[in-house]
Amino acid sequence: MPSDIRTSRQNVRNTSNHKKVKKILSGMIVPIIIAVIWQCIGTLELVTQIVLPTPWDIVLAAKNLLASGLLLTHLKVSFIRAAVGFIIGGGLGLFFGTLVGLSTRSEHLLDPSLQMIRTVPHLAVTPLFILWFGLGDTSKVLLIALGAFFPLYVNTFLGIRRVDAKLFDVARILEFSKWKRMKLLILPAALPNILLGVRLSLGAAWLSLVVAELMGSTEGVGYMIMDARQFSNTDIVFVGIIIFALVGKLTDSLVRLMEHHFLKWQDTYRGGA
Amino acid sequence: MDITIDIRDKSFKKERGVVHVLDHVYFHIDDGEFITVIGPSGCGKSTLLKIVAGLDTDYDGSVYIGRQKVQKPSVEQGFVFQEHRLFPWLTVEENIAADLSLNNAEIRKKVDELIDIVRLGGFEKAYPKELSGGMSQRVAIARALLRKPSVLLLDEPFGALDAFTRSHLQEVLLQVWAETKTTMILVTHDLDESVYLGNRVAVMDTHPGRIRHLIPIDLPFPRRKTHPSFQKLRQKVLREFETISEPPTTL
Ligand SMILES: Nc1ncnc2c1ncn2[C@@H]1O[C@H](COP(=O)(O)OP(=O)(O)OP(=O)(O)O)[C@@H](O)[C@H]1O
Ligand SMILES: [Mg+2]
Repeated sequence: MPSDIRTSRQNVRNTSNHKKVKKILSGMIVPIIIAVIWQCIGTLELVTQIVLPTPWDIVLAAKNLLASGLLLTHLKVSFIRAAVGFIIGGGLGLFFGTLVGLSTRSEHLLDPSLQMIRTVPHLAVTPLFILWFGLGDTSKVLLIALGAFFPLYVNTFLGIRRVDAKLFDVARILEFSKWKRMKLLILPAALPNILLGVRLSLGAAWLSLVVAELMGSTEGVGYMIMDARQFSNTDIVFVGIIIFALVGKLTDSLVRLMEHHFLKWQDTYRGGA
Repeated sequence: MDITIDIRDKSFKKERGVVHVLDHVYFHIDDGEFITVIGPSGCGKSTLLKIVAGLDTDYDGSVYIGRQKVQKPSVEQGFVFQEHRLFPWLTVEENIAADLSLNNAEIRKKVDELIDIVRLGGFEKAYPKELSGGMSQRVAIARALLRKPSVLLLDEPFGALDAFTRSHLQEVLLQVWAETKTTMILVTHDLDESVYLGNRVAVMDTHPGRIRHLIPIDLPFPRRKTHPSFQKLRQKVLREFETISEPPTTL
């Protein structure tokens, strides 16, 4: 009987691997078709290079940038900015979201002000940040942090408030300590929302990074794009855009992976079937 | 521990006025006694248990367990809820252990024993979403038993179970009771169950909820549901029940 279970588990795993490959392949169909059509337009010279370089040109440009090491240097700078900004903003969002979620007193004290700041499109404060902190890394990191703060704040707050009151009764009956209540009840229950917050925060951090770097900088992927634009190197502009898309997608997948791992207890509809 | 229940009034304030749920519920339960409570749906059985557990303190009156006034919930008052209320993110064994560490050899051993008793071997690492309603309820019972409460409150714990599992768990409960002499209050809507398990059956009335009858069941254990004296007492409880407006769901 146990071996039966094991083989059937293995089968399940195999078919799920199979499904995964299928899923990835079906996700690639549309980009490939677009790339082929695009390449045809370029080779037939329907549009000039400056407006629309062919995918092949872009690949070549990327190769050159990689070979010269320029791409990696810019990417590293951008990545560090985004990471530091995300950690500061997201960390604060998580902290304040938890604080406000756990106590109505801090909610009354803090939430109205925070919600007011939230309604200001944070890109509108960019000029202010530049005035205060100059064009250096500080203003960029702070802008990214500001962008990353709210999604995590709002979703952590929401997640904590949605913990089932009936399970709180169980925690009272079992006499959980404050710490155990946090660890066994509140955090796991809020985790789906927190992870959603992480995803949205990462997206916001990335968006803020682009804006910050386009506003003016001397290195980073955003700078690379602006620099290339001045010299009408459209292929490099495309390389930059694609890099932004790839890294964005990659971090998003990472969070999804985390969701998959940490939320495997969840019993919700996953689409299809 | 013995329990002294003296609830003068328990009301819920709603938008459209006040609903009196419990009215002058007074009775004393001896140490080690097994009380079963039976009554129509909505008569306040769950409310009564929650008050005894200390989960609800917003009422007029008092409840004493031993000499201690019940003011808040504690592991001394074990509770099995009407719905299983497991933590969906914990596995079966983690749910039973909850805040206690499975790395502790003693806890580990007790948890394994309990998993055996409630017949969940092989499901130690399963999440609640993979369990049937009955299996979940068995986990909830194991969770309560692990803490060796001096009073065990059970709110229709076997309601969702099939007849086979139900009678197995009834035996388990009787065995635990015989071994530990834990004072038990078990709410049920099953007449047979109330007579089979209880030293006394409390029959509740509705609107407002109060104890209408306390019927002693002077039958030795183990009891046989087919025995004439069992049937006679069952008939008696049924007759008392029929004087109340709504009949129970299973007869
Ligand atoms: N939190 C609450 N707020 C308002 N009214 C409540 C609340 N809890 C219970 N009631 C009311 O109290 C009454 C008794 O509820 P209770 O859950 O104790 O009934 P019960 O006897 O356990 O019923 P059942 O057999 O269906 O479980 C019901 O009329 C219900 O509407
Ligand atoms: Mg009830």
